[in-house]
Amino acid sequence: MDNLLDRALGLDGRGDRWPLLGKVVLVEDCVETGGAFVVHHIIKRFLSPQPAAASNHSLILVAFSQPLSHYDRVLRKLGCNLVAQRDHDRFLFFDMLNLRFPDRDDVKTGSSVLVSLFEKIYNAVRALSAEKNCITIVIDDIALMEVVANGSSDSVLDFLHYCRTLTSEFDCSVVALNHGDIYSTTEKPMLMLNLEYLSNILVRAEPLATGSAVDVHGQLMVFNKGEHDGQGTPGSKVHNFHFRVKENSVDFFYPGGRG
Amino acid sequence: MATPKTRASSFSRNVPSTAAPQVPGVKSGPNGTLFLSSGISDLDKILGGGFPLGSLVVVMEDPEAPHHMLLLRNFMSQGLVLNQPLLYASPAKDPRGFLGTLPSPVSSKDDKPLNRDSEQEKGLRIAWQYKKYFGENQQNSNSQRDNKFEFCNEFDLRKPLQRQFLSGQRVECMSTQDSPDLAALHDRCATFLKQFFRTDGNISGAGRIAIQSFCAPQCTYFDKEWHVLSFIRSLRSMIRSSNAVVILSFPPSLLSPSFSKRLQHMADTLLSVRAIPDEDKDLAKLLTGYQDMIGLLSVHKVARINTQVPIILEAATFSIKLQKRKFLVLECLNQAPVDGSSGTSYATSGSCSVSSKGGSLDF
Repeated sequence: MDNLLDRALGLDGRGDRWPLLGKVVLVEDCVETGGAFVVHHIIKRFLSPQPAAASNHSLILVAFSQPLSHYDRVLRKLGCNLVAQRDHDRFLFFDMLNLRFPDRDDVKTGSSVLVSLFEKIYNAVRALSAEKNCITIVIDDIALMEVVANGSSDSVLDFLHYCRTLTSEFDCSVVALNHGDIYSTTEKPMLMLNLEYLSNILVRAEPLATGSAVDVHGQLMVFNKGEHDGQGTPGSKVHNFHFRVKENSVDFFYPGGRG
Repeated sequence: MATPKTRASSFSRNVPSTAAPQVPGVKSGPNGTLFLSSGISDLDKILGGGFPLGSLVVVMEDPEAPHHMLLLRNFMSQGLVLNQPLLYASPAKDPRGFLGTLPSPVSSKDDKPLNRDSEQEKGLRIAWQYKKYFGENQQNSNSQRDNKFEFCNEFDLRKPLQRQFLSGQRVECMSTQDSPDLAALHDRCATFLKQFFRTDGNISGAGRIAIQSFCAPQCTYFDKEWHVLSFIRSLRSMIRSSNAVVILSFPPSLLSPSFSKRLQHMADTLLSVRAIPDEDKDLAKLLTGYQDMIGLLSVHKVARINTQVPIILEAATFSIKLQKRKFLVLECLNQAPVDGSSGTSYATSGSCSVSSKGGSLDF
């Protein structure tokens, strides 16, 4: 069943191939409106594809924000059993929560953590792609990765650039969550600008201009840089719509289209 | 692929707990979460049960008023009364002194705050009066009144907490003023939280950590932003695997905006307190009961553990009042009748807590 988000991301096609192969998706949110549900939606679509023949999808979740129990419960309600997928080697969970608290401000330790993380990811991707698997790497979230890197945005950017190389080398998809409002007061938010430049699809979750409401939780702006319009002319398209998050699904609708 | 469990509706927040929790002071909530009381029954109701175990509560302070202390005091007293160990850290030289200001629980023979349900039923329903705060919860609250004592107490702010609750190993205090960095506090928290490590079995007890005025300028680590964020990240991770709640207050106006935003994102539950200016004629005209208000409390974010559904509140800003000068209550803001039609409704715009429209009257 397709919805506005699937259409905006290009997931509404009928082909067997995962449409986000080799693409980087950046999800931005803010304190008022969380964007984690977009990441959950993509995870769910990736691991539970419509044609059952696409059983070679593998997901690597690099979690700085929540433990596995949280994702497991959330995805279960969406209809995806992460623990079972893990048992079949289709889901790898990299728990980044319990990294040691550094004794001193040590930029080197921070960047070495990211270097070893990338090594881990690279090895996993290489092993999985040897079996002709279609791989998605999910990063939740980049703001916490910056904290782990002790504020070294260069290390974080390097890490993400390396992840980008995986998209071309192994045809992986990369999905990352970041908090846009953190950078809104910085004059030249280099990390943010670089991320937006790097990504093929940008999804931004914002509150409604009128404030919060019980039946409309916010609005999404999806900027798909590589989207082709009906005539096959390459171009980019911006989609805007509202959403309401529920336990088992998310409703997407055009403004005023509720009810 | 597992089939999703069918739920009657997604609004299952107020389902009364089916099984009695093993431990007093801990209540079960939706999605497999357990709640601790904040010590303020109104706040528990607003947040849908209380503070979830394993969560980080952040309170944004107002430098012009110490209202965050009210939240901290009730939180700490509630834990001590229910035999939940407490770790308290503050920038004061002698944090133990603060314990003398903790409020005492109201015992059954003392008078309790007025039962507001009965108050609303009698008399005229005035047309402009705002939506009833308790609404559909009236039925639940009556049946739960007997069980409430073991979860949330009413505190008398004029009476100090009895000595018996403060003795023993239950309270640990730590000063953050002189430490060169946060390593000592981190280790203290780590040791404290070890006793509440979450396992799959039944929980044996719950703990509370209260950190006051984190990043106050007199602390040596004040300008080491990334170090501070690293500490919070690590604390958050530790608390996720513990049966405990951390409440942390910090002054956002004294920190850089992006740093403050990062902290806000790391919070599971985000509250802010604000002072109410004295003798503000505009506010007095706008709100009923203005004279009794001592401050404003805003709820910016409610914890979403094990779920992706945000909790959207009908109103996000509440007035802090002292009922009978001793009980802390939170009330919805009620707009006084206005001549003619006013453009925007100020009480509903209370939920636009970060609306970009400026103006001192925006809540």
